[in-house]
Amino acid sequence: MKLTRDRVTAILMLLPSVVLLAVFVYGFIGRTFYVSLTDWGQDPTQALALDPQLHFVGLKNYSDLFTNFIETRFRQDLVNTFFFTVLFLVGCLGLGLGLAVLLDRGVKGEGLFRTIFLFPFALAFIVTGTIWRWMFQPEGGINVLPTLIGLPKLDFGWLTSRVQILRFDWNGLPFVLGLLLAAVLALLAWRAFRRGQGLRGTVSAVLASLVALWALAVLRHASPLPYPERHGFNLAFIGIIIAAVWQMSGYTMALYLAGLRGIPEELREAARVDGASEWQLYRYVILPLLGPISLSAMIILGHISLKIFDLVFAMAGPDHAATDVPALLMYLRSFRANQFAQGAAIAVVLLVMVAAVIIPYLVSSLRGEVRR
Amino acid sequence: MSAAPLSTGGAARPRGRRVQWLTYLLLIVAAAFFLLPIYLVVVTSLKLPADINLATTWELPRHWNWHSYAVAWQAFAPKLRNSLVLAVVATAASAVMGSMNGYILSKWRFPGANLLFPLMLFGMFIPYQSVLIPLFQFLRNIGLYGSLWGLILTHVVYGLPITTLIFRNFYAEIPDEMVEAARIDGAGFFGIYSRIIFPLSISGFVVVIIWQFTQIWNEFLFAVTLTRQSTQPITVALAQLAGGEAVNWNLPMAGAVLAALPTLIIYVVLGRYFIRGLLAGSVKG
Amino acid sequence: MKRLFALVAVLGLVAGMAHAQGKLEIFSWWAGDEGPALQALIDLYKQQHPGVEVINATVTGGSGVNARAVLKTRMLGGDPPDSFQVHAGQELIGTWVAANRMEDLTSLFQQQGWMSAFPQNLIDLISTPNGIWSVPVNIHRSNVMWYVPANLQKWGVQPPTSWDDFLAMCPTLQSQGVTPLVVGENWTVQHLWESVAVATLGAQGWNDLWSGKIQFTDPQAVKVWDVFGKVLACTNSDASGLSWQQATDRVVNGQAAFNVMGDWAAGYMTTTLKLDPGTGFGWEASPGTQGVFVMLADSFGLPKGAPDPQNTMAWLELLGSKQGQDAFNPLKGSISPRLDSDLSLYNAYSQSAAKDWQSDTIVGSLVHGAVAKEAFMSQFADVMNIYLASQNSEQAANAAQAIANQVRLYD
Repeated sequence: MKLTRDRVTAILMLLPSVVLLAVFVYGFIGRTFYVSLTDWGQDPTQALALDPQLHFVGLKNYSDLFTNFIETRFRQDLVNTFFFTVLFLVGCLGLGLGLAVLLDRGVKGEGLFRTIFLFPFALAFIVTGTIWRWMFQPEGGINVLPTLIGLPKLDFGWLTSRVQILRFDWNGLPFVLGLLLAAVLALLAWRAFRRGQGLRGTVSAVLASLVALWALAVLRHASPLPYPERHGFNLAFIGIIIAAVWQMSGYTMALYLAGLRGIPEELREAARVDGASEWQLYRYVILPLLGPISLSAMIILGHISLKIFDLVFAMAGPDHAATDVPALLMYLRSFRANQFAQGAAIAVVLLVMVAAVIIPYLVSSLRGEVRR
Repeated sequence: MSAAPLSTGGAARPRGRRVQWLTYLLLIVAAAFFLLPIYLVVVTSLKLPADINLATTWELPRHWNWHSYAVAWQAFAPKLRNSLVLAVVATAASAVMGSMNGYILSKWRFPGANLLFPLMLFGMFIPYQSVLIPLFQFLRNIGLYGSLWGLILTHVVYGLPITTLIFRNFYAEIPDEMVEAARIDGAGFFGIYSRIIFPLSISGFVVVIIWQFTQIWNEFLFAVTLTRQSTQPITVALAQLAGGEAVNWNLPMAGAVLAALPTLIIYVVLGRYFIRGLLAGSVKG
Repeated sequence: MKRLFALVAVLGLVAGMAHAQGKLEIFSWWAGDEGPALQALIDLYKQQHPGVEVINATVTGGSGVNARAVLKTRMLGGDPPDSFQVHAGQELIGTWVAANRMEDLTSLFQQQGWMSAFPQNLIDLISTPNGIWSVPVNIHRSNVMWYVPANLQKWGVQPPTSWDDFLAMCPTLQSQGVTPLVVGENWTVQHLWESVAVATLGAQGWNDLWSGKIQFTDPQAVKVWDVFGKVLACTNSDASGLSWQQATDRVVNGQAAFNVMGDWAAGYMTTTLKLDPGTGFGWEASPGTQGVFVMLADSFGLPKGAPDPQNTMAWLELLGSKQGQDAFNPLKGSISPRLDSDLSLYNAYSQSAAKDWQSDTIVGSLVHGAVAKEAFMSQFADVMNIYLASQNSEQAANAAQAIANQVRLYD
């Protein structure tokens, strides 16, 4: 490839963007990571100084987050995020697919319905949050809706409930994770044996039993915290999940609708000729074809739900631990408690979670593109 | 279905009336779910503060009170102006830069581009909390903290990945032969862009502009941390109005309508492009 | 250099008095119901300095929870407002003075004769050995229990004098479908804890807790959580959805019997709800805290690097003056800390508070920034959540102590 003048121009024109992104994304992430390894905030004379003196403390902030008993809020936030993500995905994919299938049946007024289902996507999370906060007022909104048709009013605390279900003890987590790892290794061994890869299978099997033994002998008695610490799904999150699904399910509907329109009519006809019922047609022909779309949607929505911040801020306020999430806690720790190093550590954990979802996706979609 | 097959509909064939009714019933129930909050917002914003109580939430106003909008407008007009300046300038800049990047990445492929591109793209997925603290310090050091320009710069930079992506995918559709032909005619880097690429990118620009405008208008985290009172965008002002205490709900509701209208209008008028941008947001489209 | 700057500011103030101009940005969390009181001050300022454009930057959210986060981003960003509201005590000293972000106001105090106009214990709260750092505008009382006398009569109860007393009447009220004690969002729950703690530990014990003489893990301090847990069982279940005003509303409209809130609630009930103190609403010191005045004070200072220091000095001068304080406090529902304030301007509640201010034992508030560093104060919310989740007093006490050690509370 020759270095012509035009090519140099091209590279020079790209350079500003590359430099900006290098600084604003990678430089700043690096700096945040550095801050997370310091004691910024521990010493009040430095916390809010214009040019604070920072001291290196290694991974202390991270070990505190996961094993210091006063950081229970962070761990509950992780659990909150887990449940929020699962239910948000189920809601968006389920409702989105359902609406797309209904619209795909050639109904009259399709354009109108599509507009209605998709418009919340154009709103700001802050607007959505403000609206739904009013909908979920403890003694109004949704709760008095049944009275319009003569039913008794509800008294569910959509955002205020203190009930927690599916509780588990954080101290039990190492044991469960150890068993899980052993199970994965065992599965790998089984697969390797089935394919006739003896050596690989043996190694996996040995590893699996070692991990299992370790889990049973050591992890079962490990308890990182001095007190039992129960976490679970806070019912106060249901309101926020409903608002999030309201806002984002139109997006999955649009994705699915585009996918359904891409399925050739001949395929459907062929299945019908073969005697497939409508249900079988969807179950065995159409849904499998929509698999890749579901995966894209899950990743896009999944990373949004890990990052969710403004919706919670607007709906439940920043002070409500039952509906707290790591993105919000980072803000509070940094800017309210002046614990910038801790805030940075939370931000890095958040980034790692998002990267774990996004990087494989980026790699696989761009690789697929090159092949194409 | 007895209706004539629609060109868009994939499954038009005779089916039971019951199924048809059920389809419409479900669609109407779903539409109600999506529209109920809007009904409540509009109704509440038109009530007198004294008439707003939780038990009669769903009733129509007894007196139609447009005054809330006047009050909200007065409070929000400067913030709306901030949002408008912010969204227009940042959108324009990130669209122009993204278009140039997309052109280079799709038509001037160079070694390492396959690595560079995903590295650039990653910037649109990161949780912005992970850059917030250094961003602060950086903007302070260059003297832009608190001004609208600091926020604009931030949105331009973090908007680059998505605009680059959309334009790159868009330009991939333009045949390389056209570029080649122009080059043989003696066109250089800019010549090709202005004669071939740019004239074909109008709808690409529309998609990008709609997408960026909506995103920037709706953004909150940067807005709440990088501005001061006088440079706040509308989302911050709304969050503060609604998140305060002893809220008279007519005002936040009127404010929510004002904050939502610009993006809603764009969505309704240019919905087609909006959906395209939304599909492009998932990397491959 | 910095002192020189302050000096220049003071000199500039004197010189610029006649033709002050430019801007003055005042940062506070006094919006909504507390807005009129602030507006009265601003109006006075504008009368005196018609050339100055006053920017009233308020961030709503009770007790300043949101405002402080916004302020911090601005201070970190090197963009301080001209003057900001801050609770007198550790919130000022432990956060902003420690970080060397405030200008010393000693010369202003001396020049205005404020050293003798304000009570010494209040001046101590806003001073370090190196200077005086803010101008107090008001005194609020945190440990007050509010109720509606007519409602109590209807339900057949008296205002409780101890928490045991309250717990005894709790079933009576519940059986009539009344919430015995209404609480709101997180900070109001901490506010309640403060009153319970002062009642359980006594004034001296409370002070010892903050000086480190008593640890949070001391049996006495653990007992606070036991009592608090029982009290909490008599509160509403939708607390987190209510602002402090909405909680107060529940008392006023008869859904709840009592509410423990600072006496800004009196301002809200008289100014906004137009109720008469004494008949429309009644008050007592929160159970078990008779003779103790848990105080907090709002104050304003001059941050280093403020864009218009001269205008700020004029503003601070107004805030500390008798005229300014007597314009502000009657509307705010607070009392003036000045020893010479005109009590006839105040309503029945404030007059009684002013009397108590003179005679009671004074201690500082935790939730409102007087006794503990901000880092402790804001993580105390986590302690509260640990308690709410575990209902384990010992665990909460240990968490409080761990945080105290982590943020070097006793330094």
